[in-house]
Amino acid sequence: MEKTKRAARRAFVDGGACVACGCCVKVCPLGAIAVARGIAAQVDMGRCVGCGKCARECPASVIEIREVTA
Amino acid sequence: MKKHWYDYLWVLSLTYLVLGFFNILFAWLGLLCFFIPLLMSIFGGEKGYCNRYCGRGQLFALVGGRFGLSRRRDVPGWLRSKAFRYGFLVFFLVMFLQMLWTTYLVFAGAQELRQVVTLLWTFRLPWHWAYPGGVTPWVAQFAFGFYSVMLTSTVLGFVTMVLFKPRSWCVYCPMGTMTQLVCKARDRMGREK
Repeated sequence: MEKTKRAARRAFVDGGACVACGCCVKVCPLGAIAVARGIAAQVDMGRCVGCGKCARECPASVIEIREVTA
Repeated sequence: MKKHWYDYLWVLSLTYLVLGFFNILFAWLGLLCFFIPLLMSIFGGEKGYCNRYCGRGQLFALVGGRFGLSRRRDVPGWLRSKAFRYGFLVFFLVMFLQMLWTTYLVFAGAQELRQVVTLLWTFRLPWHWAYPGGVTPWVAQFAFGFYSVMLTSTVLGFVTMVLFKPRSWCVYCPMGTMTQLVCKARDRMGREK
């Protein structure tokens, strides 16, 4: 049977609207997100697998999970 | 995920609220929640307090998240807009200054000590049982005023926790907004050097 390949997904933060509360950092199982300089959350694309936990937790709803081309 | 000692600071936040019900003078301890985040942002250039040590945020996460008392809906756009966040910060600071002014009036002898906790800046709740006496009236007046601020923000936080996501308070928390502004200013100054 042929395997269907799912497109890779990553978390994207709207930095301008982020309140830098750090809720996303606490729930990321891979430590792929951090609040940089107290301004906004930043995603380490090399680590992020797009699980969506950060997006669900974000109280300001500024994290979006998008498909990316490898 | 590994738990750290600071993941249990919600116990202190809860204890603070309970202690204020029995002895209002414990309200003074709440100043720590004002000065620690400010100092961390001014000298460290980070929002470490919000990110790790905010017991109130942890309390909302626990009650709304683990206990499931939150509807887990997105906050409305206006609530997370910069206009509302900065407006609420200004309003909060004005109310805080008004509380300090009342404390000053009691200190100057122009006003008597009012043994009430003002909820949502409007409702005056009798709280006389929590004042044991034995301190200068202005010290007690500040305690009543500060506890009012802390209780009001907790009530607002719980309301938005139920209606939206557990830590919705973090979106418009005046301390969070203020420390983020400090971090932004610090970052801008660092880049201009």
